[in-house]
Amino acid sequence: MTTTTAPAGPGGRTVGKSSPGAARGPRRRTGRIRRIGLPYLLLLPALLLELLVHLVPMVIGIVMSFKELTQFHIRDWTTAPWAGLDNYAMSVDFNAPVGEALLHSFLVTCAFTLLSVGLCWFIGTAAAICMQDTFRGRGLLRALFLVPYALPVYAAVITWAFMFQHDNGLVNHVLHDQLGLTDKPSFWLIGDNSFIALLVVSVWKGWPFAFLIVMAGLQNIPRELYEAAALDGAGVIQQIRRITLPSLRPVNQVLVLVLFLWTFNDFNTPFVLFGKAAPEAADLISIHIYQSSFVTWNFGAGSAMSVLLLLFLLLVTGVYLFLTSRERRSARV
Amino acid sequence: MAAPPSFLWTRRVFLTLLTGFVLLPVYVMVSSSLKPLEDVTGSFRWLPTDLTIRPYIDIWSTVPLAKYFVNSLVVAGAATVCSVVIAVFAAYAVSRYDFRGKRVFSVTVLSTQMFPGILFLLPLFLIYVNIGNATGIALFGSRGGLILTYLTFSLPFSIWMLIGYFDSVPRDLDEAALVDGCGPLKALFRVVVPAAIPGIVAVAVYAFMTAWGEVLFASVMTNDTTRTLAVGLQGYSTQNDVYWNQIMAASLVVSVPVVAGFLLLQRYLVAGLTAGAVK
Repeated sequence: MTTTTAPAGPGGRTVGKSSPGAARGPRRRTGRIRRIGLPYLLLLPALLLELLVHLVPMVIGIVMSFKELTQFHIRDWTTAPWAGLDNYAMSVDFNAPVGEALLHSFLVTCAFTLLSVGLCWFIGTAAAICMQDTFRGRGLLRALFLVPYALPVYAAVITWAFMFQHDNGLVNHVLHDQLGLTDKPSFWLIGDNSFIALLVVSVWKGWPFAFLIVMAGLQNIPRELYEAAALDGAGVIQQIRRITLPSLRPVNQVLVLVLFLWTFNDFNTPFVLFGKAAPEAADLISIHIYQSSFVTWNFGAGSAMSVLLLLFLLLVTGVYLFLTSRERRSARV
Repeated sequence: MAAPPSFLWTRRVFLTLLTGFVLLPVYVMVSSSLKPLEDVTGSFRWLPTDLTIRPYIDIWSTVPLAKYFVNSLVVAGAATVCSVVIAVFAAYAVSRYDFRGKRVFSVTVLSTQMFPGILFLLPLFLIYVNIGNATGIALFGSRGGLILTYLTFSLPFSIWMLIGYFDSVPRDLDEAALVDGCGPLKALFRVVVPAAIPGIVAVAVYAFMTAWGEVLFASVMTNDTTRTLAVGLQGYSTQNDVYWNQIMAASLVVSVPVVAGFLLLQRYLVAGLTAGAVK
């Protein structure tokens, strides 16, 4: 994410700092007072909202994670007794049922995220490269490819849920009735297959975003590079490997991080596909925490799990940004 | 570049398969929405045996779909407008001024992107209830509360994208306007905003889509009168029956406005992403 501002920032800022002062000589006195307060004034609405809807809830969430917050204290949560680190201890005790289930859900989410992000990136990049040249129907195809991204999540996912139905779904009709690939119709929304179902829906919904970003990134690669490579006798594969993919690196670094965060935190897809309780094989962490808090009414434990999840995401993002920015810096030297 | 035939064929096959994958649910949605109920409860059939538009009439009476529609429209519309306006001011400040706390602000805004929604759900619920108890302002269950919530989902992304976009608008432009005697706000609205229209449209589309499709907060923070489409569609499954044909018809009806708007504005979106997020 810092990629976006970092390269433009330093260059632009020096210009912005030196030239207006010189150019705006006569207006300086009246302008300065206003200008010191102005940025803060412009930021005020955003700051207030961020404070109300992100920072304050986060602080309360962290406080809640140290409390024994059950349905008896929900009216006035401040009266809930302190639990100290009990909620955390329970969440990370992998030998006890709660911790074991959390660990399972975490591992499922990791595997799911890895596969989903990988597939989304691969399909999106492949499609974007395929559509780099102009051909007949390209505009139409591009519009069609964006449909999964544009469809409201619940409308799209509910359609997939219908397709995965055991008795009247398209998937079983094709696999069993028409192709005869399975002995009997499979269950897709319960049991082990639910992981596959969730992955298919997630990739269907997620790849167009990768396509969109990579397509935008491809526009910044100068045509001459390809022409020069073609003159030197480089084939399509070589051009992709030597020109396209290296040029896309900075774009991909942001894209993969965003996809990772969205997929890891995704709640809507499993919630619409499976309802309030996901099958064990597809028990993504956000659904798991939702269930731990709202179904079993243990909000303290749910908050502790949220905080642990947040720490994990912060850690991964921090390491990722550190590694990619160091790589960028060494590449520039 | 003159691509060899092998690449052209690979491309043709890949794009065809991908188109099929993308359109399959759309086809199921459309075809199933034109089937009578007996036809969707039995084994799946590719073609409707008995074409009917009945589901499209029934969806409005099975659940109060029109009401949910209005709710979604009001909530998503208001969240979009507010989000864009606030983001324009904030992004302008970050892009054009140096001030104390600028880095802290940017980093905070970016990092809220990674927070799981579930982390905010219960605290927000408690805050809204407490504000309601203390001041009598009903935030919980109201459209206002939901607008406020959605606003801040799209706000960090909007600010982040607009900063990138404003940075790409040459400074000379608004500096010239300042020299000509415009105030900073006038320079923003006369020069920077018009030059950044693609980015602003992209941000608006994104904000609207996020709000239109959000499920988690809508399912917890709405009541009978403020329910949005995201929750309302669940009303088509009763204990005895699941009206799949009506669910598909309703899904199509709620999708048409966003998909149409999105496809109309996709040029802006691509342009906005190019300048804002990809550099």
